[in-house]
Formats: sequence, structure tokens, C-alpha cells
Amino acid sequence: MGMIAPVTPKSWYLPSKPHKFCPGCGHGIVLKALGETIDELEIQDKVVFGCDIGCSLLAWNFFACDSTQTHHGRTTPVMVGIKRSRPELVTIGYMGDGGGYSIGSQHLLNAAVRNEKVSLILVNNTNYGMTGGQMAPTTLPGQKTETSPFGRDPELTGYPTKGPEFLAELTSDKAYVARATVAKYKQLKRFLRNALRNQMEGNGFSFVEVLSTCPTNWRTNAQQTWNFLEEEMEPYFPVGELKSPFGKGDK
Amino acid sequence: MARIMEETRKAFITGNEAVTWGALAAGAEIMFGYPITPQNEVMHYWTRLAPQYGKGFLQTEDELSAGFTVCGSVQSGKKAFTATAGPGNVLMQEPFGMAEAMRLPLFAVIQQRGGPSSGTVVYSQQEVTLTTFGGNGEGHRIVYSTASHQEIYDYTIKGFNTAWKYRFPTFLLGDGYQAKMREPLEMYNPEDRGIEMIDTYPLIGLPGHIGENREPQHLCNIYSLEEELYEVVMRVSAEYEAISPELVEYEEKECEDADIIVLSHGVVSRAADDAVKELRAQGIKAGYFRPITLRPYPQKQLREAIAKSGAKKLLIAESAYGQLDRLTKQEIYGETIKIENLFMPGVGIIDYDIISKVKSSL
Ligand SMILES: Cc1ncc(C[n+]2csc(CCOP(=O)(O)OP(=O)(O)O)c2C)c(N)n1
Ligand code: SF4
Ligand SMILES: [Mg+2]
Repeated sequence: MGMIAPVTPKSWYLPSKPHKFCPGCGHGIVLKALGETIDELEIQDKVVFGCDIGCSLLAWNFFACDSTQTHHGRTTPVMVGIKRSRPELVTIGYMGDGGGYSIGSQHLLNAAVRNEKVSLILVNNTNYGMTGGQMAPTTLPGQKTETSPFGRDPELTGYPTKGPEFLAELTSDKAYVARATVAKYKQLKRFLRNALRNQMEGNGFSFVEVLSTCPTNWRTNAQQTWNFLEEEMEPYFPVGELKSPFGKGDK
Repeated sequence: MARIMEETRKAFITGNEAVTWGALAAGAEIMFGYPITPQNEVMHYWTRLAPQYGKGFLQTEDELSAGFTVCGSVQSGKKAFTATAGPGNVLMQEPFGMAEAMRLPLFAVIQQRGGPSSGTVVYSQQEVTLTTFGGNGEGHRIVYSTASHQEIYDYTIKGFNTAWKYRFPTFLLGDGYQAKMREPLEMYNPEDRGIEMIDTYPLIGLPGHIGENREPQHLCNIYSLEEELYEVVMRVSAEYEAISPELVEYEEKECEDADIIVLSHGVVSRAADDAVKELRAQGIKAGYFRPITLRPYPQKQLREAIAKSGAKKLLIAESAYGQLDRLTKQEIYGETIKIENLFMPGVGIIDYDIISKVKSSL
């Protein structure tokens, strides 16, 4: 055909491509990094990928890996159930900030405290994407959403949840906790790799929050989207490894 | 109570918007909710309108929390409500059960979506069993199944009054179609229609001084002895049965001489209404019966319709796999009329579907 096809990870499920995320959505970047990491670690046959209800559900057949889907907020306990039953599998839970920090927060907290040997990836896009852009625990002060139409007021609804900071306090030294961003691809991949290795080496709980974009609900153009991610989100949510059994954290 | 509207006005809005305006007109003071389609816009409109009228709102961390915050709010004497759907309705069964046990005047709007599990975000009538008999109790609830935006508005107002008058949890059962489509309706202040809004009152946090002019309140929902619980459930059951005759609402058309009665509820009854008119025009003696209250169920009225018509068949049509059918059968136990079904779980039913089914049944 004379056209150069982009290199796609082997662990991607091609019949489901092109994927269904909106143009400019960060989910695709996270899933590309995850696909490449699965390839590099050669774990395609051992991975069980579980997604939440949220825009993460659009990834239910994204990988050529065994995959399952559950209710909004319940990905963590489903992954725990799988891992406790079949420790040889590599369980990857994929969820949004609403699913993980709001409705599923008790599961996240308790899985972390018990040092469950699962790897969880949480996409922070500062809103409830799938349901049309309501306030999430991560919505920034002053940010307008469908349920904070006049801007989030911390007096009424508190300050944005800092998940990795909170989980780092709860977990043992065997846990891996990091925050990445879709703006720093190489670092994102390194963190995902560490999160998977930590599970594979039997250490324990692994968690990566990824700062991501949602131009559809932010109602931003390409430049505004990137600005919001880098200028608004990153200062509030510092990127880096908060806890790592693999030596000194990468801040 | 503050007037929400200068005067009665015509509007062309979505059902979710009608809920919000109805709640404002009813004097609702605070909403607790969690996003879920197809209910989201109730919250979206409420968060925009509430500040203008000095009303409160909290987006909770999930539906368990939304339901329980409503339980807390109504105990403190506020006219509080929530709205949800599907898996959110499942989670809210725990707080709804508490409201049943403690006789809390909770009001909730349910916009049914497809199930089971996450199902679809679109439409169904599959939350009938859950809304009427969900929880580990006896179904001591009042459930209005609406069919138009006018009814959504009317029954939102009525729902608050029913909850506060009888102190049973009260539900407006809509669906995704009603939630999302636009339709004309008339919005009014209840007092302009002679509707008196029931005053709310606290169950805890009462005025006065304990030991001087009032007793401390000890609300509870658990009992040490089987006999204690038995007494409570029997008393509540008797009260529920006693008020049921004044609560039941239904719609009946063309049943006097019907050979077949089409039974449906909610938005499907609009298709049934059209179907019955068309069948009559074609010389087929069809009748129409619609329970508006699914709890308590107008069983006496349905039995009478069957008896006076002498109909040979009852066609139960619903966008679920037999939830209205089961509810109806348990209510009219003993009737010998033959029951036919049109079950279309999670999809809409139009007049044509009913007409074809009636013709093939006769
Ligand atoms: C019990 C329950 N409550 C609510 C919903 C509706 N719901 C679906 S996705 C979603 C929010 C998704 O937001 P997030 O987890 O941040 O993921 P995103 O879409 O932003 O990636 C909600 C509230 C549901 N499916 N189930
Ligand atoms: S709504 Fe937002 S998070 Fe969801 S696919 Fe679109 S851009 Fe991505
Ligand atoms: Mg989100």
C-alpha cells in the first residue's frame, strides 16, 4: 500500500481499533504505554485486564489479553478476587478518578492496607467523563463542571483528593505508588513497568495515577487542553514515584 | 413557602428538568445525589437553580451515601430528595430499607435504565421489582409510575406530600425516555391549584430542653427480640394496608365491554392507549388499564374491571421480562382470566407492537 502503518503493540487487539475515545483523550496514551510495557515484559498471556465503568469501559476489548469488566468503582475487589485465587496471573485494574477515589475509595483503601498484590492504574482527568462531565474528587478549586457550574468551592466540597499521597501513607514498604502524566511518556512507561514488576516479583500493592486529558468535557481546544494538563493539574498533583521498593524514588 | 413561579406557565422541557422544577415548586430544600445516566440532568438543573432559591446540594461519594444523607436530612426535618437509576438504585436499596424501617419521609426519583448490571444507559421498565420490593423488608413503599412530563411534575409535588403525610418512602418511577425527551407541560405553584404542602418537622434535634419540656428522641432500626420486631412489622403492615385504599391511583378506559384488557404502566401505557383507540376503530373490543401506583397496587379496581367487562384475556405489556406481570399476578390471585404477555426487556414498545399482539391473541 505504500503507507507506513504506525507500530502498534503486539498486545493490542486490532479488531477493536481505531479505539473509541474522543480525539485528544489521554486514555489512548495510557493504554499505548501499557500495551508496550506488557510487550516488553512478555506477559500478554498472563495478564488479566479489568476495567471499571467510566470511559475506561471503552477499553474492555482494547488488548489481546484476557479482560473483564465490572461495576463502577468495583474493579479493585474484582482484581483482588482474581489475584487471591490465581496468584500466577498479572492483574491490572484500570479505572477513573471517580471510580477509584469516590465510589470505590473504600476498596482502594482496604486493598492498599492489606498490601494486595494487584496493579492499579487510575486515570485522573479531573471529572466524570463518561457521564458528561460532573465534579470528581480530583476537580480543581474553581473548576467548572456540570455539578459545580459556578466552579468548585473548597469551602463546600473540600480540596481535590491526592490519591498517591494518601495511599503512600497507608501502605507498607513493599508497595509501589506513583503519579505519572500523559505529557511525559517515557516516565509514564517506566512507572507502569515498575508497577507491574512489583506485582510480578510478589512484593505487593502497586498503584499509578496518571494525569490525563478530557477535552470533550473540559471544552478545550488542543492548546488549552495541554495547558490545563501542564499548567493547572501538574502543579497541584506533583508527578513522581512516592514509594518504590526498587530504590530511591523518582520525583 | 416561597413562590417559585410568578404564575402558571407552559414549558417545553425534558423530564429531568420537570423533576427539578417540581421539586422546587414542592419546596424541596436539599438534594443529595451521585451522577448516573439517565438521571444526571436532575442534578445539573438543580445545581444551577438551587443557589437562586437558597437550596442546598451535595454530590456524595456514591449512592449509598446519597441515600443515607437523605435519611439523615429528613430526620433533621428537611425536605430532602435524591434521584438515581439502575446500579445506583441497587445501591440505594440499603438506605431505602432504613427509610422503610424507620418510617422516614424519603422521596426519590428513579429513571429506569437497562439491566441487569450496568446494562444500558438508555431505557427500561426493569426496576419495578427493585423499586417496589427491593431490600430486606416487606415493600412498605409508595411508588408512582408516571407516563408524561405533566405527571412527572404533578407527582414530584405529590410525592413529597405523600412521603411527609404517611411517612413511607415514596418513589417517582420514570425511565430514560421520560427523563431525556422534551414535552410540553404546565408548571404551577401548588397553592395556585389548591394543593396544600405538608409541613415538615424534625424527628431529632427538636426544640426545647431535655428533662424540662421534652424527652430525648431514640430512633432505632434494630431489635433484640424476635417478638419486638414482629410487633413492629405487624403494626407497620396494618398501617400500610389501612392507608392503601386512599393511595391507589389508576387509569381505566373502555373496559366496560372489553374482550381483552391491555395492562401496562409508565410510558408504555401511552402506546397502549393509542393501540386501544386504533383497535376500537377497527371494531376490536379492547380495554385499557394502567396502575399509576405500583405500590400499593390498584388490585380491587383491576378485579372490578375484569369482572364488569367479562374480558377473556388480559394482555400485560412491559419493557421488562415479566416484572409487572409478577406484581399483577400476586395482586389478583384467584382471577381466572387468561393472561397473555408482551415482554420487551430494555426496549421501547409502540402501539403497533401491542396491536399485533392483541390481534394474534384473539
Ligand atoms: C453504581 C453506579 N453509579 C453511577 C454510575 C454512573 N457512572 C458511570 S461512569 C461514571 C463516572 C466515571 O467517571 P470516572 O470514574 O472519573 O471515569 P472517566 O469517565 O472520567 O474516565 C458514573 C458516575 C454507575 N454506572 N454505577
Ligand atoms: S469523555 Fe473525556 S475521558 Fe471520556 S473518552 Fe472523551 S475525552 Fe476521553
Ligand atoms: Mg474521570
